Amino acid sequence: MVWANDIIQGILLGGLYALFAAGLSLVFGVMRLVNLAHGDFSIMAAYISLVIVGSLKVNPFYTLLLVMIVMAVFGYIIQRGLFNFAMDAGPMQAILATFGIAIIIQNLLLEHFTADSKGLDAGRIENAFIKLSNQVVIGWFPLITLLVSVLVLFGLQVYLSRTRMGRAFRATADNQRAAQLMGIDNRHLYGMAMAFALAIVAIGGVFIGIRTTFSPSAGPLRLIFAYEAVIIGGLGSLWGTLVGGVVLGIAQVMGDHAHQGWGMLVGHLVFLAILAFRPQGLFARQAQ
Amino acid sequence: MSLLELDNLSAGYGSFRALFDISFKIEEGEKHAVIGANGAGKSTLLHTICGLLRCEDDRVRFEGQPIGQMSPHKRVGLGISYVPEGRWVFPSLTVHENLLVGAHSKRRGIWTVDKVYELFPLLARLRQRQALSLSGGEQQALSIGRGLMANPRLLLLDEVSLGLAPVVVERIYDAMPAITTSGTTVLLVEQDVGQAMKFADRISCMLKGRIVLEGVPGELGQDEIVAAYFGV
Repeated sequence: MVWANDIIQGILLGGLYALFAAGLSLVFGVMRLVNLAHGDFSIMAAYISLVIVGSLKVNPFYTLLLVMIVMAVFGYIIQRGLFNFAMDAGPMQAILATFGIAIIIQNLLLEHFTADSKGLDAGRIENAFIKLSNQVVIGWFPLITLLVSVLVLFGLQVYLSRTRMGRAFRATADNQRAAQLMGIDNRHLYGMAMAFALAIVAIGGVFIGIRTTFSPSAGPLRLIFAYEAVIIGGLGSLWGTLVGGVVLGIAQVMGDHAHQGWGMLVGHLVFLAILAFRPQGLFARQAQ
Repeated sequence: MSLLELDNLSAGYGSFRALFDISFKIEEGEKHAVIGANGAGKSTLLHTICGLLRCEDDRVRFEGQPIGQMSPHKRVGLGISYVPEGRWVFPSLTVHENLLVGAHSKRRGIWTVDKVYELFPLLARLRQRQALSLSGGEQQALSIGRGLMANPRLLLLDEVSLGLAPVVVERIYDAMPAITTSGTTVLLVEQDVGQAMKFADRISCMLKGRIVLEGVPGELGQDEIVAAYFGV
């Protein structure tokens, strides 16, 4: 039963990781951009929520929609104003541009908010739980996180498969030049993809702020977990990112259970094992 | 005013020049074929018209409007559709979705998904199949159908018969009258001179980046064409 609890906690943690991974996967899938600032964007979202909570004195849950909108607009602008041009110069330049933005965000946050850890206080929900047995306890907040994550992925899937813009996303992912020949404005489309990605990662950022504490330098670790989730799940597969997050979550929880502090190590080892034995990931889309 | 006008067009990739001083006009409703050997610059010519390759703005005019610098997606909005060499279907999308993406520009006209299925009945049977799994001929039909979904005034067809079995090529060309009688102007690039002569009411022959012969198929002599084609 102890292990059952580990698996359940791991699955719940995986829901959080999927929120980070989905946007990363979307951006890479649509425009082949490796976004090294993705983790910092999530921390930025957490700080935006912190500022709103501080001035309006509301529960961070209620800031969610506003933070998502702010991040989406920011994403669209930075894509069209900077990343699109960097991508014109070449894939390496584009990666460097995202790396530069990551550093700038970290340092701006450091200057405005100091290096102290901050947290978002969501009130009683943080500690509420469902007790299934003496050993299996499910926290309400992690459960909500997982449900939101599934909902977001489901919504994204419906959008990609049913709408005109969604089809344009997938067409561009398949063949960018051919998509342009269909009248698809790829620069606008890339802006939209980044807007979606940052709106989703904003949820992840606010949730991580509620779940634990965060500081200006917390972004890169989020990025690594998100990457591991994407790679484990398989590039280009939306539900794969959830599975990837869950596998990573379970590995970390079990690692920590086996020996306090080993969680991250075991997570990385599982990731490396997947890279070695199934580099296309568990749910890789059909090779092209 | 001509539908399309190229005026002393020179273009290339980086320091490599592929087109030299090309001038010609295409009138609305014309069926024009460009023939020539491999590397003569036929595809490059189509790329400057559809926007995959930019050139000086005034060198390419569509209905008198300079478009040489315009991006490809905006040219689709004007009514220029390019069916690329190698088909470029969207492999992970279904046949049906490929056609819907073709209509992204929302240009209105006679071409709808149902009309395309009528034109190519083989596509109707494959509508839910991933484009990845299609044969070369099926992909070519899909690529043409997808181009039509933008309801173009000018349809650019690049090497339609390349790599396809003769029967399949015949099937594709059988669909051409339905396209041209709807009023769509067609500019076709073809290595198969016989097909080009049958289809077109004007042909141009390219050699090493230049147009070396232009005329009406019936009026051009076999020797003349061979000489222009091979440059002998």
